[in-house]
Amino acid sequence: MTGYSPLEIWIIIIALGIGTFFLRYSFLGMIGKRQLPEWALRYLRYTPVAVLPGLVAPLVLWPSGTGGEPDPARLMAAAATVLLGLVTRNTLFGIIGGLATLYLGLWLVG
Amino acid sequence: MPAPNPISTAFWRGFRHGLPFLLVVAPFGLLFGVAGTEAGLNMAEVMGFSILVIAGASQFTAVQLMVDQAPVLMVLLTSLAVNLRMAMYSASLAPHLGPAPSWQKALVAYFMVDQAYALAAADYETRPEQSLAEKLAYYAGACAPVCPQWYVATWIGAWAGAAIPPEFALDFAVPITFLAMIGPGLRSLAHVAAASVSVVVALVLAFLPAGTGLLIAALAAMITGAQVEIWVARRRAME
Repeated sequence: MTGYSPLEIWIIIIALGIGTFFLRYSFLGMIGKRQLPEWALRYLRYTPVAVLPGLVAPLVLWPSGTGGEPDPARLMAAAATVLLGLVTRNTLFGIIGGLATLYLGLWLVG
Repeated sequence: MPAPNPISTAFWRGFRHGLPFLLVVAPFGLLFGVAGTEAGLNMAEVMGFSILVIAGASQFTAVQLMVDQAPVLMVLLTSLAVNLRMAMYSASLAPHLGPAPSWQKALVAYFMVDQAYALAAADYETRPEQSLAEKLAYYAGACAPVCPQWYVATWIGAWAGAAIPPEFALDFAVPITFLAMIGPGLRSLAHVAAASVSVVVALVLAFLPAGTGLLIAALAAMITGAQVEIWVARRRAME
């Protein structure tokens, strides 16, 4: 993390903390039964699946551990993780299965 | 035998329901501690994330974008976008917990992690006759086995992370964590469409300054998800 001063790192931590708190407090704080309009809920529903896949795709295709070269062990691990998460609907199983595939792949392929 | 106190009954019901999530939260927190340390953060900074933000996916997002040397503003915008769903949680809990005093609602907001929200929403739905105090007690009970362990697991991960050799390929533990969160989120055609657009646009725009392509990809994906949802609902209505 050479690119950031300690001050910048703390700005990120504190601003993210405050911003996250206000997202969580938003509607609770305004009391009442005021509901978000349906169109807004429709967009919000998709934020996790809109952000996470785009964030992870370049990390899978061009991993930092190999200097950005696509790597069969990591690609296999990625596929296994998504598949397990889909089938079991359980994040933890996905992580365990993905790591197991990664180590198996690294051991086999080198 | 005295009649059981409804407040403590609600608390312990929440506690029991929250307990299994310990199995998810502990390894996830451990991994964040390791990832933060590997990225070059010191113990105070790693703990700062877990205590002040207390939202795993956005913490991982921030650390990853910092590794990519994204500008501070991009780190913040993208990580906050990951937490936008919490406004939806807040809206959904407001009819139940809205009448509570502000300081209690502030505590509810601070601890509003995915698991606490999901449990509370389901419980308030099944037991609508509960008093406000019981609802708050249930919420506190559901948070108790989950939230404090997030700090402890992060601390252990940060402390142990420095000792893990590179052969363990921990560079890839963070992508695996994200990927494992995506699978269970693909609940409908609209979710799959949104995820696919997110991947394609992010890869195509990967040449842009760090974080920029992702922000555009996320926006395009949210619009896609919403549109596909409308489209599927219309098809259903026509049948």
